[in-house]
Amino acid sequence: MSDKMHLKLTVNGEAVETLAEPRELLIHVLRERLGITGPHIGCETSHCGACTVDMDGKSVKACTVFAAQAQGAEITTIEGIGTPDSLHVLQEMFREHHGLQCGFCTPGMITRAWRLLQENPSPTEEEVRFGMAGNLCRCTGYQNIVKAVLAAAHELNSVKEAAE
Amino acid sequence: MKDLPDSAERRANLKGLGCARKRVEDARFTQGKGNYVDDIKLPGMLFGDFVRSPYAHARVKSIDASAALALPGVVAVLTAKDLEPLGLHWMPTLAGDKQMVLADGKVLFQGQEVAFVVATDRYIAADAVELVEVDYEDLPVVVDPFKAQEPDAPVLREDLAGVTEGAHGPRRHHNHIFTWEQGDAEGATAAIDGSEVIAEETIYYHRTHPCPLETCGCVASMDKVNGKLTVWGTFQAPHVVRTVASLLSGIDEHNIRVVSPDIGGGFGNKVGVYPGYVCSIVATIVTGKPVKWVEDRMENLMATAFARDYWMKGRIGATRDGRITGLHAHVTADHGAFDACADPTKFPAGFFHICTGSYDIPVAYCAVDGVYTNKAPGGVAYRCSFRVTEAAYFIERMIEILAIRLGMDAAELRRINFIRKDQFPYISALGWEYDSGDYHTAWDKALKAVDYEGLRREQAERVEAFRRGETRKLLGIGLTHFTEIVGAGPVKNCDILGMGMFDSCEIRIHPTGSAIARLGTISQGQGHATTFAQILASETGIPADKITIEEGDTDTAPYGLGTYGSRSTPVAGAATAMAGRKIRAKAQMIAAYLLEVHDDDLEWDVDRFAVKGAPERFKTMAEIAYAAYNQAIPGLEPGLEAVSYYDPPNMTYPFGAYICVMEIDVDTGEWQVRQFYALDDCGTRINPMIIEGQVHGGLTEALAIAMGQEIAYDDMGNVRTGTLMDFFLPTAWETPNYQTDWTETPSPHHPIGAKGVGESPNVGGVPAFSNAVHDAFRAFGLTQTHMPHDHWRIWRTARDLGLHG
Ligand code: FES
Ligand code: FES
Repeated sequence: MSDKMHLKLTVNGEAVETLAEPRELLIHVLRERLGITGPHIGCETSHCGACTVDMDGKSVKACTVFAAQAQGAEITTIEGIGTPDSLHVLQEMFREHHGLQCGFCTPGMITRAWRLLQENPSPTEEEVRFGMAGNLCRCTGYQNIVKAVLAAAHELNSVKEAAE
Repeated sequence: MKDLPDSAERRANLKGLGCARKRVEDARFTQGKGNYVDDIKLPGMLFGDFVRSPYAHARVKSIDASAALALPGVVAVLTAKDLEPLGLHWMPTLAGDKQMVLADGKVLFQGQEVAFVVATDRYIAADAVELVEVDYEDLPVVVDPFKAQEPDAPVLREDLAGVTEGAHGPRRHHNHIFTWEQGDAEGATAAIDGSEVIAEETIYYHRTHPCPLETCGCVASMDKVNGKLTVWGTFQAPHVVRTVASLLSGIDEHNIRVVSPDIGGGFGNKVGVYPGYVCSIVATIVTGKPVKWVEDRMENLMATAFARDYWMKGRIGATRDGRITGLHAHVTADHGAFDACADPTKFPAGFFHICTGSYDIPVAYCAVDGVYTNKAPGGVAYRCSFRVTEAAYFIERMIEILAIRLGMDAAELRRINFIRKDQFPYISALGWEYDSGDYHTAWDKALKAVDYEGLRREQAERVEAFRRGETRKLLGIGLTHFTEIVGAGPVKNCDILGMGMFDSCEIRIHPTGSAIARLGTISQGQGHATTFAQILASETGIPADKITIEEGDTDTAPYGLGTYGSRSTPVAGAATAMAGRKIRAKAQMIAAYLLEVHDDDLEWDVDRFAVKGAPERFKTMAEIAYAAYNQAIPGLEPGLEAVSYYDPPNMTYPFGAYICVMEIDVDTGEWQVRQFYALDDCGTRINPMIIEGQVHGGLTEALAIAMGQEIAYDDMGNVRTGTLMDFFLPTAWETPNYQTDWTETPSPHHPIGAKGVGESPNVGGVPAFSNAVHDAFRAFGLTQTHMPHDHWRIWRTARDLGLHG
């Protein structure tokens, strides 16, 4: 055990602080110290993507980031992507297209897709499949996830066009 | 009754059977508000973690936990010695064997639980695991089930020394568990020997693992004030867990509450009872604090619930024109160190004797020998109904091999031998009563949908082009027609640890016409909260959107045997329909009273009882519900509730026709699924959207199993595929799009005719993918090569066939 560090983060738009050991993984800090249990743990080895969060504008696997590396970071998790009264289009499309079953991969999937659509607002099916390949799902076979992400892209683009 | 002008609209409003209703579960899951076991946090909660064996077979000479105990934050280190006084150092398995909870003198597989560390947080627990000193003396390892049966093979289970009678009959060797036989051995052999054409082959269905995205875990909490134990966990069968926990711990069953919260996929992995659960319960009793244990991925792959590992030796005979005359199967089943297979008690090889498949085979025999090796225990039904996947793979490979021997098209060979529609209910040579089917229609529809003849022409041209050196890619057409057997099962022959495999539903209709229903099953992603409400909507006329479905809490839900083996729809779905009918029967009496007519003068119309011939005089279910609570009705109890415990008269037999078109690169062994067509017949379809989702998911698991996923061991018993680096889970990148289709042949004995679908795509998908690989090389003389067909193995096949020039 090592001494705890004073960790300051911005999580879903709110400044938060906590004590954590430097070796602690970001996913554990979020889930256990901050009570943010949306991101899940499926492997702790960077393979499954269940722990995906957005850190300083990039998708990261929070099981592979030390607390110390996250000092000062701006983090968005599934909890910060939409609210019950105003869901994000991705959240709606995942439901609409049956893009989830057990729901365990879903927070990571949506958080990754949220970043993907900012990186590439009009992806092809291939680009979605490639861009989401770091997130495993054991239930859906991906077909409906891909459909949901493409539908969300379409929806977001139409809203943008209408606004312009 | 004939539909009234507005019946169709009212029916649509119910969102009942057949509606592609969106899922009610999704709101919480898409917002990160699911409640999975690792999300549970209780005041003062401790964390448990295991010291595991690095050896596959060794004597444990000593365990020194002093350094671990000296670490601040460590509360306890449990070993077998601590559990022994409680009689909990071993536990019974579902298969009639017993299993060490913590190593009792020796270890028998790599990753076996040796000691349980309890600490104030998971990091300290992990540090302490490293500090526990275990002195091992290694013993000879046997990982091959054939070598395990040699006379001088190492003795694995010393605890069974001298035990010649096992749970399933005589044991003939120290590493032998059971021999289990079905059918007519002599008859089958004679029929095959006398056949014009005989095919013989050994088919290996390798060891793999269900690997749901969420691993197994629990939180156990002993409330010493009230004497009540609560266990939240990833349990596919929470009620059975409560009974087992009571029997093992001696705590009265009413003082145990087992809760399955949201479960992140199960696929069979979460049926068994694991040492982690037992140790957590002991630890909470000892410490008086809640204890959480959640395994990591490596532990999950190494120690809990493998699936398959069947060596299947088959012989099949036929006439020259392709009529099958007999089938003979012998299986060597590698069960690992303890027989912890999750099968109904009387079926040590599950329903493997569905291995005659979709075919009318006059005589058949199968025998299964279970064997101990230095591998992890398990043997669960990985998205399948108790060894049905093994059986389907076996027969669908044997058919392909027979087609090669006959020089016949494999689609035609299937068609010739299908059980005909007019033969149902059909009694198979191995004793099953198939409830309903129309295989020819499904098959023809499938072949037409993919333009089968066109594909064969393209394939022939491809072979020619390959021979001319114009391409290095081959085309494989993988065919499968599978028949499943699901919905265990009749209580008369199916039980788990003595508990009959019925299931249950309890409904309460609220005064204002909405409802809650509770079931004995538990969803792990199948969408029960959505679909069971649809069944009830159609039965009671209450809109699905006004029905809450709850499962998984043994304090509130009626007793049931849980969700696995595609049994939820066939068994709990039936219980739901029957409970709904009880509601309706009482509602009819109430309506008759309110309308001042005789019960028989009423008829049901979607959501109401109306007077026959006077449809304008009616009472809706909502009005009836209100009356049930607000007025005294002579001769009737107040309230509107019902409960049904359903014991199915038979299993259900879903079937399907799958066709996979695969491109294979001969030089790299890479494959690409160009097309996959899946026709499923699961009887009455409750929610087409969910069925399709189940098919996509099951096919992707099948793709993984067939094309790369395995739990592999080296000769020392080291697990070579213990992380997601080595254990293949397909990503969105290599997973194809699937084309789904259906026919609908209702089950005649199920109240709504539904058969269950969740596992069909795994059962049918594996042979479809594997047959595609084999078929690509058929023109070059390949008859059988074992799964998984990863790039290296495909490359090796091509090399062995001399295709690398
Ligand atoms: S838990 Fe982080 S990638 Fe799997
Ligand atoms: S929905 Fe279960 S893992 Fe994706």
